[in-house]
This record gives sequence, structure tokens and C-alpha cells, in this order.
Amino acid sequence: MSILKKLFTAVRGGAREVGESIVDANGIRIFEQEIADAQNALQKAKKSLTEVMAKEMQCKRKVSALNSSISEHEEYAGQALSQDNEALAIEIAEKIGDFETEKSEQEQVLSGFSNHIVALKQQVKEAEKTIKENQRQLTMVKTTESVQKATMAVNSTLNTNESSMTSARASLDRIKQRQLDRQDELSAAKQLESASNGDDLKAKMAEAGIGGSNTKNSDILARIKAKQGK
Amino acid sequence: MSFKAKEQKMELNELSIKLATFEVEGVSFESFLIASEDAQEVLQVIVDGNDELPIFVTQTDEQLLCISYLFSESEVKAELKNELNEALLRLNVPIPLSAFAKIDDKYAIFGALSVSSSFDDITHELVTLADNAIDSLDAVTAYLNE
Repeated sequence: MSILKKLFTAVRGGAREVGESIVDANGIRIFEQEIADAQNALQKAKKSLTEVMAKEMQCKRKVSALNSSISEHEEYAGQALSQDNEALAIEIAEKIGDFETEKSEQEQVLSGFSNHIVALKQQVKEAEKTIKENQRQLTMVKTTESVQKATMAVNSTLNTNESSMTSARASLDRIKQRQLDRQDELSAAKQLESASNGDDLKAKMAEAGIGGSNTKNSDILARIKAKQGK
Repeated sequence: MSFKAKEQKMELNELSIKLATFEVEGVSFESFLIASEDAQEVLQVIVDGNDELPIFVTQTDEQLLCISYLFSESEVKAELKNELNEALLRLNVPIPLSAFAKIDDKYAIFGALSVSSSFDDITHELVTLADNAIDSLDAVTAYLNE
């Protein structure tokens, strides 16, 4: 059963501490062992795979060498026959027979190697799959364990200062009140600031047309015109 | 293992120190490290003075968990419990960065970060989680006992 399925079952069964019943040191060790075993198997399979592939190559080389020997000797036999040297041709033919026997032997060995390679490649693939799957499960087990530890630590923290977990409504009300207070403070501070800057008074005076140091464009123009007039 | 634990402690400590002198998105942090009996450190973070909804940060091998408890199961109106669960399940995807969860008999909102997250990522997560926690609480009050 997958870890997630086990966790689900545990939760459905009413386990409060998720993972408590499943995740133990033993479970983690088993997964780690399985991963180590699969990695060993993978290493072995890969090692024999390279060995067998090397042998397969040697074998192929032998077969092709035999093939060229055979065609070479067929040529010789043809030459002997064209010289009407029947006896030599027969001798050469015997040699070709030897080559062919050896070739068929080597071909048998070769097909053995080829089959072996297919099987080993399959083994490598399976070992890799097992490792990946077990690592995924192990990660889940470890995460579950550490998350549980973390939440347990948080929980015990929470239980020691019970005040922080009164009623959600009360908490929300307090937070909202604080936000409101802060807004009020902010706008009060703004008011205060503008008052102390004298912005307030200046604005009022300007509105009343008192003390207006703001020279108007028309005043400036009038001044320039007066200068020109001199 | 003990080396690992030490390393974790360092990192949460470091986070705590950095948070104390940091202000992001106009928000300040208060945080303190809580050492618990089973050596799993918990950093309690208060975002923007909202100590009613503290965020608990813990670190595991793979992730940084930020959890904020919302309310107890006992606070939920019994007849609306299924509806609430359904609503929370449906909200899990649309809600940014956070997800709802249940730990023991408490409903919680949480975010999980990679342990290699930057400080900016973490503070962004904390601010978002804090906002989400308040918004969620506000949204589900109808399901809670008076």
C-alpha cells in the first residue's frame, strides 16, 4: 500500500495525529534498506551489462572475421578449380567447412549474449524504477514525520499560552478594532501635522484673502509694464 | 542528526533577528523562538501587531512551514460544519499562497516554502498568510458560534 493511502486510512480511522501509527523509525529503515538493495542490484546489473556488451562485440568481430575468411577461401577454392586442382579445392572446401562450423558456434554464443543484454537492460530499468518509487515514498514518510513533529511542537506552544487561542470571533474583533484605531491615529496624526505646519491657518487666511503672499500673474505683469513705462 | 538540528536552529534564529529589524510592505514583525521539548524549534511571528493570530514557523528537511491557527472545531456551528469544510476545500485553490488545514481539533491556514527560499520570499509569505488569516476569519464568522 502506498504511504498516502495508509495516511488516508489512518485519518479515516480517526487518528488525530496523522502518521503516528504509520511513520516509525522502522518504516523509514525498511524503505532505506529497499533503496540500498535496489541500488546494489542496479550497480551489479550495470556492471554485467557492460561486460556482456563487450563480449557481444568481441563475438561479432569474430563472426565477421570468419565471414571474410570464408569468402576469402571461396575465392581460393575457385582459383584452385580454375587450375583444375580438384584436390586442393577439396582441401580448401574442408577449411571453409571448419570456418562455417565455428561461425555457427559463434553465432549461437552471440545470440546468447544478445538475449542476456535485453534481460539485463530490463533489470536495470526495473531497479531504477524501484529506486525512484521507494525514494518518493521515503520522502513522503520523512515529510509526514517532520511535519508531524513540527505541528506537535506548534501545538505544545499553543497549549502553553492558551490565551492566544480564545475565541476566533473575539480575536477578529480585536484585530478589526486595532485596524480601526490605527486608521484613526493616522488621520489624527495627519490633522495634527498640517495644523503644526500652519498649513491650516495659511489655507484659511488665503481663503479670506488675508496675508496672501501669493503674487498673482496679473500683478507681475502690471509691475513689468510699470517698469517699461519709465 | 544533531548537526542538522543545530543548523535549523541557526536558520530560525537568523530569521528571527532579521525579522526584528525589518519592515516590508509597511508591515513590521515581532518574533521569538520557542524551544520545545522534542528539539523541534518553533518561531512565533506576529505580523503587524496582530498577536491574536500568530504565525508559527517550523523547519523540516524539505520545507519551511508557516501555520496560523484560525479557530477550534468546537467553535463551529455543528449544523454548518459540512458546509464550512466544503467551502474551505473549495477556497484552497483560489486563496493566494495559503491553504486551509486541520491540525488535531483546530482549523488552520498554512503556507509551505522550500527551505532554500530567500528572506524576501519568507516575509512575503508571512505578510500574505497574516492577511489571509484575518480575511478568512472574517469570511467564516457566519459559521462560528456567537
